[in-house]
Amino acid sequence: MRELTYLEAIREALHDEMTRDPRVFLLGEDIAGYGGVYKVTDGFVDAFGADRVVDTPISENAIIGAATGAAIMGMRPIAEIQFADFIACAFDPLVNMASTIHYRWGQPVPLVVRMPAGATWAGAGPFHSQSMEAWFAQVPGLKIVMPHTPADAKGLLLAAIRDPNPVLFLEQKYLYRRLKGPVPEGDYTVPLGQAAIARPGRDATVVAYGTMAHKALEAAALVAADDIDVEVIDLRTIVPWDREAVLASVAKTGRALVVYEAHRTAGFGAEIAAEIAEAAFTDLDAPVQRLAGLDTPIPAHPTLEAAYLPDEHAIAAALRALVAW
Amino acid sequence: MPLTSDERYQLYHYMRQSRAIEDAAWALAGQGRLVGRLYTGHGQEAIPVGCAFALADGDVIAPMYRDMGAHLVRGIRPVEVFAQYMGKRDSSNGGTDSGLHMGDMARGIVGMISVLPDSLPVTVGVALAFKLRREPRVAMTFFGEGSTSTGAWHEALNMAAVLKVPAVLVCENNQWALSTPTEREYAAGSIADRAHGYGLPGVRVDGNDVEAVYEAARAAVARARIGEGPTLIECMTFRMRGHSIIDPADYVPAAQREAWAARDPLARQFERLVAAGLWDDAREAALVESFRVEIDDAIDVAAALEDPRPEDVGAGVWATTDAPTTRLPAAALAELVDQGYPDDFRIPRPMSPPSADVLAMPAEAAAGADREPNDA
Repeated sequence: MRELTYLEAIREALHDEMTRDPRVFLLGEDIAGYGGVYKVTDGFVDAFGADRVVDTPISENAIIGAATGAAIMGMRPIAEIQFADFIACAFDPLVNMASTIHYRWGQPVPLVVRMPAGATWAGAGPFHSQSMEAWFAQVPGLKIVMPHTPADAKGLLLAAIRDPNPVLFLEQKYLYRRLKGPVPEGDYTVPLGQAAIARPGRDATVVAYGTMAHKALEAAALVAADDIDVEVIDLRTIVPWDREAVLASVAKTGRALVVYEAHRTAGFGAEIAAEIAEAAFTDLDAPVQRLAGLDTPIPAHPTLEAAYLPDEHAIAAALRALVAW
Repeated sequence: MPLTSDERYQLYHYMRQSRAIEDAAWALAGQGRLVGRLYTGHGQEAIPVGCAFALADGDVIAPMYRDMGAHLVRGIRPVEVFAQYMGKRDSSNGGTDSGLHMGDMARGIVGMISVLPDSLPVTVGVALAFKLRREPRVAMTFFGEGSTSTGAWHEALNMAAVLKVPAVLVCENNQWALSTPTEREYAAGSIADRAHGYGLPGVRVDGNDVEAVYEAARAAVARARIGEGPTLIECMTFRMRGHSIIDPADYVPAAQREAWAARDPLARQFERLVAAGLWDDAREAALVESFRVEIDDAIDVAAALEDPRPEDVGAGVWATTDAPTTRLPAAALAELVDQGYPDDFRIPRPMSPPSADVLAMPAEAAAGADREPNDA
């Protein structure tokens, strides 16, 4: 199978769906002539015209509000937030407007918000590095996707666009050009809410998503040398999340480590750990462990950023401790 | 184009109906029969009626809680209003939300949220959809002067002008944002002036003159419909009651309230119609009575509807298809289906000023004419 980068897979999904469905259009900052700061939509304005690749003023709140308005009028808007950190400017229309419309008066809001999220591991600093899945996981009515592989990025994005609900699609900046993998050609979707067993194993379960799923696989390879056989569950979507897949894996291994790059306290991994502790207590041979970012802003200097982030070595160390418990 | 006699009457009809419904709701709220807090548009009726009246079938409004009249012009029936106010299972919100937060895209109504200025960016997006699809449709939203202090408002005005979308942005400047007077809300001379800073026209009208409001809205709608972009209309009015039913508004100077009471939009249109020979006290009394009967019936029908069930709490968080789900009262829905709803919803126009004969009370209404207003 041909291989694409994570970024190319996202671009292909956007391109294919815009070709297939005339209701789909893009709006955001610097996405037309400039092609987006990560060039995901490079060339799109030439292919689809300025009506379907709409450059907006720097107005995250109005971008999300306008996308919501277009969605309830039967369009399939895909808003790009230039850096996911800036979605904080649009918290209100997501949390109070888009997420409540169907519950309150029955109108579907088929809206996708694409946003480059997470640390770059190159010192992007406090305002270009955050992972905000937990901010929004508290909001009923918003789906949240954080893909790890290029094939999933394409299939999950196509599923997100076709979903009749608002979907936050947190693209992983670290993986954009770094990760290349096989991506099926043509049309396929990866269902929202279905985790993947990224690596089967018998001794311990790592639950992760996005960049941390990638790091967990690297850690699994490291500890394999110590004859520790790790199962990596790639959650793929945060809301809804695949509780059954996680519990089935923990039932098999008896040990669970939850890894996430957002701040440790009240991160989404805390929810996963709590669920495992509640529902799988008798399966556990050791306490559920969490490994996460620190409870600090994400610092700019690479030395400080590395101290903030869980990496494959930290995950490997946590796995060795978990198996030895 | 000057208003026809029929249209001048219709403007009055909707304002009078709006006030009758809100007065009845006020009484019900006092009896504890409504879910949530009641907010009304008493004294501001000319704005939602005059503006919504300037729209055509297929246009969309994003109204707020003071805009009963706009809902009526779009075809919402009193029974739907009371079912919604009572939080009934078969109502727009089905008890998930309250007040005039009802939405129905089939009749072009976006359901508001309590963060009022959020309707502006949404309206920009509705209008953007029209523009991208080359549809000659217009989106209109309503907000108070208090909303103009928020970031969402400014982002929306700027984006509407930059993208040149077919939108009409209606400010109901009622001079009090809860207890905050205009001088504590903005230092600029007017809200309308702000439009020029964003590159769109801003006009200020007497918001208690329904024909002046209509004319301003008609011009803005016409401009939007031919692709010339958005307009901001600032309608000067006054909030004649408290912010909500529990607000005595004792911070409002009595002299100010009395001065504005003398400019009541209903009384002004009533006098116009009388002067034009279209109206008189007898027909007024008959019209008010016909509304009373209609509203009493609507309250009875709504009150008899089922309340939400505990197990309903989880329904509808997620959409499962692209199709909207509606919870309209069955009787109202049947009536609407008879009229072609939802594929061909119509604004219920035209209607002529009813003659004394037409307004002659039906027997059952006449029999109940001596009932107390809340004897339903």
